[in-house]
Amino acid sequence: MTHQPFLMRILKDRMASTVLGILIVAAFLVPALNMLVSPDSIWHVPSYVVTLLGKYLTYALLALSVDLVWGYCGILSLGHGAFFALGGYAMGMHMMREIGDRGVYGNAELPDFMVFLNWQELPWYWYGFDSFGFAVLMVVLAPGLLAFVFGWFAFRSRVTGVYLSIITQAMTYALLLAFFRNDMGFGGNNGLTDFKDVLGFNLRSDGMRATLFFLSAIAVVMGYLICRYIVDSRLGRVIIAIRDAESRARFLGYRVEYYKLFVFTVSAVLAGVAGALYVPQVGIINPSEFSPANSIEIVIWVALGGRGTLVGPIIGALAVNYAKSYFTGALPEVWLFMLGGLFIFSTLFLPKGIVGTEAIKVAFEAQRLKLAKFLRPYDYVEGGDGR
Amino acid sequence: MYPSKFKTRWLVLLSVIFGLGLASATPAYADPFVDAVQALNAKSNKAKTKAIETLVATGDERAAAVLDAFLNGKLFYRKADKRVFITQKSGSVYVLIDPATGKDVGEAKKSEAKKIPINNRLRGQLKGVLGAMTLMSADIAKRRHAADEVFKANDPSMLPVLEKALAREDDADVKDRMLRAQAAIVLEYGEDTQARIQAAQSLAEFTDPDVAALLGKMAASAQDSAVVKAATDAQSTVKSGLATWAFLGNLFQGVSLGSVLLLAAVGLAITFGVMGVINMAHGEMVMLGAYTTFMVQEVFRAYFPGAFDWSLAVAVPAAFLVTAAVGIAIERGIIRWLYGRPLETLLATWGLSLMLQQAIRTIFGPTNQEVGNPSWMSGAIETSTGLVLTYNRIWIIVFALGVLLMLSLIARKTLFGLQMRAVTQNRAMASSMGIRSGWVDALTFALGSGVAGMAGVALSQIDNVSPNLGQTYIIDSFMVVVFGGVGNLWGTLVGAFSLGILNKFLEPYAGAVLGKILVLVGIILFIQKRPRGLFALKGRAVES
Repeated sequence: MTHQPFLMRILKDRMASTVLGILIVAAFLVPALNMLVSPDSIWHVPSYVVTLLGKYLTYALLALSVDLVWGYCGILSLGHGAFFALGGYAMGMHMMREIGDRGVYGNAELPDFMVFLNWQELPWYWYGFDSFGFAVLMVVLAPGLLAFVFGWFAFRSRVTGVYLSIITQAMTYALLLAFFRNDMGFGGNNGLTDFKDVLGFNLRSDGMRATLFFLSAIAVVMGYLICRYIVDSRLGRVIIAIRDAESRARFLGYRVEYYKLFVFTVSAVLAGVAGALYVPQVGIINPSEFSPANSIEIVIWVALGGRGTLVGPIIGALAVNYAKSYFTGALPEVWLFMLGGLFIFSTLFLPKGIVGTEAIKVAFEAQRLKLAKFLRPYDYVEGGDGR
Repeated sequence: MYPSKFKTRWLVLLSVIFGLGLASATPAYADPFVDAVQALNAKSNKAKTKAIETLVATGDERAAAVLDAFLNGKLFYRKADKRVFITQKSGSVYVLIDPATGKDVGEAKKSEAKKIPINNRLRGQLKGVLGAMTLMSADIAKRRHAADEVFKANDPSMLPVLEKALAREDDADVKDRMLRAQAAIVLEYGEDTQARIQAAQSLAEFTDPDVAALLGKMAASAQDSAVVKAATDAQSTVKSGLATWAFLGNLFQGVSLGSVLLLAAVGLAITFGVMGVINMAHGEMVMLGAYTTFMVQEVFRAYFPGAFDWSLAVAVPAAFLVTAAVGIAIERGIIRWLYGRPLETLLATWGLSLMLQQAIRTIFGPTNQEVGNPSWMSGAIETSTGLVLTYNRIWIIVFALGVLLMLSLIARKTLFGLQMRAVTQNRAMASSMGIRSGWVDALTFALGSGVAGMAGVALSQIDNVSPNLGQTYIIDSFMVVVFGGVGNLWGTLVGAFSLGILNKFLEPYAGAVLGKILVLVGIILFIQKRPRGLFALKGRAVES
């Protein structure tokens, strides 16, 4: 299985290479169409579309992280929104510091909401966020550490299945309540907003929007490669074994809890990175990101796209969020019916998601054969199948 | 100043008791009451003050009406003979009412009668006196109320009346309240150190926030060090008594929250226990139950407004039937295709909950619906110690325990209950013994949903009935089920009440939100210790 080089294997996987190829092309093409083509041309991509697509891509990365734990390790996390939001808050805190004295109150020392609450000095946990490097470190560390500690407790005492799902939900709910409190020093109800720039570049400029889009697209590609590398490795085999028969894997001598902990933490870090890319594009982070409903919605992107495929969640996240943007604008009454219907439809009729349906598989197989016949026609004479 | 006033009042009192009217300019009548009423029409305000005191001291039932009329500017005298009347304006003339008999004795033109003048000082006196007068009313409830009013006013001029009322009071409870008022006046305005100390000591027996406040004030402001000490001691006694009552109050709040959680979670516990299915649409079943209550009440409002108090008696079975029917539809339509895949069931039912919410929002609108309380559920039991037990909370506790009792009877005494328990413990074995586990599943789901619907009826009485009603309870219900353990009604009971009480006891120290966070974190940690909850099923069923 693993005799071929890693990248070669991905190139041979038509579905993966197609999706990744589109992502890489889009990473360059969309910014180019936005910046280089004149606004009058039909090929011009407006700036708001660039940002919207960038937002979808961060959701795709988030879906990827959920697929890693749910699709490959069988851990249904209903709290991944918490890791996403923590990454977002870490980035948001840095951008709050970058505002400096350009806030409404013009206070160089304190963010606006602290001035408003009559705080006298910066809380200790805001120290260091002036530095971009420190913020990036926290984007990785904060969700990673939370996942590590939470997972350490949960997996060691063998909390599994529905119970685990529910306590992940309790975790994000507790964080939701906590971040709503003004005393926490994270802006309370309103969260962090009114960002101006990152590393000196104006967030509202077209160049910055295009850059963020580019970074998001590349992040999804990198996220895919990381996940794919993990699940294709020997470690990945063990993880899949745990998903399919946890007790058996344990009896074979594998320390199940360490494997789970590793996957869970990596996944949380990916979610945090997604959050950090999300916040500068939407310009706000508030406690509602922690709401349990959000976290469950992520799961449906994965379920619809196809769990345990890595490509599926990317497609699922993009499709569902495009539909959401469209329908909440055009037919707001209908959207919740559709979303609810998607949950039921995909669990009942698409257990393997869009990517796993026969029609798609057949179509891709036909494509593969066509291409192969075109490249190596001699293998296919006299009815050979070319393998 | 105080003792001299004190003495004159006693003189007045004595003189009245012995039938000796004080000197007055008006003609004397045989009845001391009529005498006193005539005295109100004095020239100086000072004389009027005295006359009011005299009138009060007669202890006559009729005095209240006269003083009330005086206060409201309806007490007139006839210019011709200076007799005093209560008047009622009728067109351009005044109807004269004899204060002694309460009968209409004729009319007077505006020019023939004149209002007895009154000033603000007199008004203040009248108000206090009127309160004190009811101390001698024949109605016990009025006397009790008056005693409390006098205690709150804490006015030394009421002391004589109070003492007189005390002497003739024979109801122990009212007497206690009067003693409290008396002690409060003596403590604050008395001169005799010994009497004040005694007053403080007798006040120590009243567990009442107002007493504590008064004692605290005296402890801080009294000049006499012995009084300060007595007040401080008494205050600490009262405060410790109050702390006990506050504890009881918290306990009630906690039990009340616990019963709400119990109602919301018990249906969830049944479906989860038997089928291993977490029904995310459970909260929406509660919400449907609440909306059924709303519909039933609308019907009652339209067709049987007189029987509105009975609307809940109809709403409970109606809600049970509606939600049980929806439950069967969900089980047959969705859940049975997903057995053995609990996580997928969770997602599908979550989707269903979104659709149900949106459906209700589309039909009824996103705003809160008006659900009324029947008369027997409004009001509260209040004690003087600051404990308030509202009737709707009490009824919900009773209802929750009743539902639990009913469920445990079903589980233990019926054939269906037996089959349900068998399927819970070992599905495969139960099937091989001939139990149709599919039907048991469907009926169990219907039962769980129906119970959720009944919970909705109860919750409609204390919470807003809106499409989001279920959402507010779903996570808490999960916590109860996870904490209490599955497949055991006891677990749900203990889980619900301990979480409810814990929440309410954390609230005063940590605040509502932080308290809730602490409870959530506590549960997450608890699950590490006992991954299957407090009362876990033992044996092979666990590993399946």
